[in-house]
Amino acid sequence: MSANLSAIFYLISGVLFILALRGLSSPETSRQGNFFGILGMIIAITVTFLSVGNFSSGLIYVLIFLLIGGLIGAFIAYKIPMTAMPELVAGFHSLVGLSAVLVAVSAFLNPEAFNLGSPGSIKLASLIEMSIGAAVGAITFSGSIIAFLKLQGIMSGSPITFRGQHLFNAFLLISIVALTYLLCSTQSSNFFWVLLAVSFLIGFLLIIPIGGADMPVVISMLNSYSGWAAAGIGFTLENSALIITGALVGSSGAILSYIMCKGMNRSFFNVILGGFGATEQTSSSGDKDRRPVKNGNAEDAAFLMKNASSVIIVPGYGMAVAQAQHALREMVDTLKKNDIKVTYAIHPVAGRMPGHMNVLLAEANVPYDEVFELEEINNDFANADVAFVIGANDVTNPAAKNDPQSPIYGMPVLDVEKCKSVLFVKRSLSPGYAGIDNDLFYKENTLMLFADAKKMTEDITKNL
Amino acid sequence: MEIDPFIFRLSIFILSIFIGYYVVWSVTPSLHTPLMSVTNAISSVIIVGAIIAGLAGNSDNNFTISNILGLLAISLAAVNIFGGFLVTQRMLQMYKKKKKDK
Repeated sequence: MSANLSAIFYLISGVLFILALRGLSSPETSRQGNFFGILGMIIAITVTFLSVGNFSSGLIYVLIFLLIGGLIGAFIAYKIPMTAMPELVAGFHSLVGLSAVLVAVSAFLNPEAFNLGSPGSIKLASLIEMSIGAAVGAITFSGSIIAFLKLQGIMSGSPITFRGQHLFNAFLLISIVALTYLLCSTQSSNFFWVLLAVSFLIGFLLIIPIGGADMPVVISMLNSYSGWAAAGIGFTLENSALIITGALVGSSGAILSYIMCKGMNRSFFNVILGGFGATEQTSSSGDKDRRPVKNGNAEDAAFLMKNASSVIIVPGYGMAVAQAQHALREMVDTLKKNDIKVTYAIHPVAGRMPGHMNVLLAEANVPYDEVFELEEINNDFANADVAFVIGANDVTNPAAKNDPQSPIYGMPVLDVEKCKSVLFVKRSLSPGYAGIDNDLFYKENTLMLFADAKKMTEDITKNL
Repeated sequence: MEIDPFIFRLSIFILSIFIGYYVVWSVTPSLHTPLMSVTNAISSVIIVGAIIAGLAGNSDNNFTISNILGLLAISLAAVNIFGGFLVTQRMLQMYKKKKKDK
């Protein structure tokens, strides 16, 4: 297949990838979009096989490795529970990063195969692109591994910080630039290996100081990095499908990070520098804890909701942890049978990744037109009778609106306190990840339901 | 003077960033998780590089380190491609319009 013809096919698959993302603008078109994505991928892979044109015995190995990976991927995709989606995405990011590194190393060792010159005299532009692709790929890989371990709970979700951390990271980043320069001027492979090692180290160091609840930003950021890594390799390979995709994914991840940061009213750098929530945790466990709260049980909650005409449900990470989405949906079904209007309010940073709550509710068969974003629903709280907060905390804290001293001041929050009564399902009175007390717990119209989210929801349903 | 092909690739890159910017802003927030898994899948189009690396100069089963790295990269990218698209499909199935079962 001629180079021009294959370039046109790569362009087509790039366009199909754009359509795949475009499809996600509404749930109706999204499945068609995913189909376009698959089609684009099939075209890109087929064209590559045809343009290499080397149907020797090597081909069988390529197909075997492709099949092994494909089977593992398909197996994971069918087995994974929806609550584990953040871990899955983090894990997948690490694979994109690692394959970018492997392709870059392979191209560095055997540049003839990619028309980049010969070992020791690789074209300058290719060398720079290769270094960028490899470095970003390595950062994505080790960063995603840490994110994965933190999300899995294998590694503590609390931030890990040490003195001089930021200075050290800055030094490493500068050394990457210096190493790229040295690599280009000497063509010595030693600099390439050091460059890779430093990049792996940076990815690791960048993510360890970031706390568990900042994970939505981290995952989006790593998503973005994996895109830039792919684009870097795309330049090396002179492949437009890779360049287009890399740019799409890169900007997609960047936008998601921006949305997540805005949802927390924090700057991107504030999140990246990390350590949030580590300092406040000690101070909050003081005298404040002794204020009285109204402690309720499932019967009280059922009574309140039965007499309501509209209920708004506010899910948070706690719902995901307790896997309470199905129980919740059953409770809502019962409420609806009693002609009570039920809607769901989702805060942009609820959960551990963008859209986390939406997926869980969709899994539990909640129709998506009952689920609303913060801006759409925030005015409705004033007219609602009951707000049912299940596993969320900081995203409802009124301190973000009226306490300029609070670390979360300025963060957009759900106006839960405007409801006639508020039900909080929580395991204990402990503060949220931001380490701050929530005034809402002590309000006259708040009823605290201390229990596992799933068990409590089931008990309420029994009492309805 | 002739324009370096690099400039054309750079143009594609920059324009694609803009396309990405506008397309992603139009993605509904409730589909942000499928967005991440599908971007994951499509960024694994890096497999084309891996295939080239895996097949390069290999005619008589003498695998170089470069070939082996390519083959490994093929497997990793394939995990992502199959896993990413299928899990996205699984999620999107759940967003199907539900019949009002009353």
